[in-house]
Amino acid sequence: MRPDPIQRIDTAFFWDACERGEFVAQKCEPCNKLWHPPRPMCPDCHSLEKSTAKLSGKGKVMSWVRQVRPASYGFKESPIVILVDLEEGLRMVSNLVGDQPPEIGDKVEVDFEKTVGGKAVPVFKKVGA
Amino acid sequence: MVAASTQACIVGIGQTEFSKASGRSEQQLAMEAILAACQDAGINPADIDGMTTFDLDNTDEVDVMRSLGVKEIKYTARLPQGGAASVSTIVHAKNAVESGLCDVFVIWRAMNERSQYRFGQPHHSMSPDAHSSTFMEWCFPFGAQTPAAWEALSCGPYLDKYGVTSEDLGRIAVTFRQAAATNPAAWFYEKPITLDDHQNSRWIVEPTLRLLDCCQESDGGVALIITRSDRAKDLKQMPVRILGAEYSMLFNHEIISDFYAGDLIRTENSEIVADKLAAKAGIAPKDTDVAMIYDNFTPQILRQLEGFKYCGIGEAKDYVADGHLELDGKTPLSPNGGLMGEGYIHGMNNITEGVRQLRGTAANQIKNAETAFLASGVAGAIIGK
Repeated sequence: MRPDPIQRIDTAFFWDACERGEFVAQKCEPCNKLWHPPRPMCPDCHSLEKSTAKLSGKGKVMSWVRQVRPASYGFKESPIVILVDLEEGLRMVSNLVGDQPPEIGDKVEVDFEKTVGGKAVPVFKKVGA
Repeated sequence: MVAASTQACIVGIGQTEFSKASGRSEQQLAMEAILAACQDAGINPADIDGMTTFDLDNTDEVDVMRSLGVKEIKYTARLPQGGAASVSTIVHAKNAVESGLCDVFVIWRAMNERSQYRFGQPHHSMSPDAHSSTFMEWCFPFGAQTPAAWEALSCGPYLDKYGVTSEDLGRIAVTFRQAAATNPAAWFYEKPITLDDHQNSRWIVEPTLRLLDCCQESDGGVALIITRSDRAKDLKQMPVRILGAEYSMLFNHEIISDFYAGDLIRTENSEIVADKLAAKAGIAPKDTDVAMIYDNFTPQILRQLEGFKYCGIGEAKDYVADGHLELDGKTPLSPNGGLMGEGYIHGMNNITEGVRQLRGTAANQIKNAETAFLASGVAGAIIGK
């Protein structure tokens, strides 16, 4: 089954939100900018004051791969990995649900899947599928 | 430009054999390679006073000093970013000796990445304080767990935009293997491949990388000795001058898992390095006689050819198909067979080959090679006679 996410102090908020079925990004409180991957400090204003912002969960596929050999560790079958360009201008590595490869530019929306230890990660489905 | 008397020169090169099972420790491989480089140069290892390697290297400075009898080091640095560190070592070596901080500087990289651990395989777990965990956290639970997977995902937009086919990538692999076939030091000596072999090789990462698009996990050690030209002239070998060595890493980029910044089409850091080199070395990468370009996976060659301005954006597949990288082409590519054909000592064996080409002692010697370009994505160097 899918491995648990590696969790760190600066990123636990993201994975915790996934467990609640919420898809979020780090938001800088003073300047309102969103950042992914999360980081301890806002690179624009250098504030350490952070909150989270809910994301629309909509994006487009920028790239896809499937790890054939060696197969993806922990998975029954290697999943389709996608690089998603999110509506909010952030990018994220994730999965496309199912075994049909996407076309680059396909519209996708977020869903969640459980991991082996009961955590959750965001995955994506084709819009309309 | 530095004064001729203080210019950094590569004066010694050393390497072990490249294999799949060295049968000895990584530390011993490091010592053997460093000693060979010292002997090649005619330098007493006790005179080494500065050193660098990759942050991923498992041999400590203390180990090197303890085995080789190094009396005192005045400077050491560990370089990040995997194989991108390979040409970065030259940037540090140049600065260390030209500043006068060090007189005899050693670079090494030694690894049993096939027999002792598997560099290309997924980690089965990663702790939050592990090396690179801040990058891998965002890949690992999605099944993108190998260098090949990260590379293919990062190159996807480029390959898609310019319609680069598996055959286009295959031609690069064929070029490397053709050179390796006539290099007795290469793991794939006397084993050339055809485009059909490439096309029939199994998928490693769909839809981009077949087995023959990938470098091979290898065991071995490589070392270089750098000093200033005033000292170099009294040594055994013709000094190979470091005409320029530059580095550029840009905001929000990663190395192989480079997903979060830029358009994933252009490689702006390489463009910056190419421009700085042309200005400081007085010669552009494309005008050198030999191209030693880091080849962990075939798409890297296309993106670096464009980044280092051998051709325009999107033109690299045609540049390859037109034969410019063949041994008798405009800029022969890695006449040792590259990392794919000779061995993957994390890029360092491409640097020693660049030196041999200028000395005139390479297995596949390019006639009248006066200058060579060394590249590993974020770093580039031009060396000359």
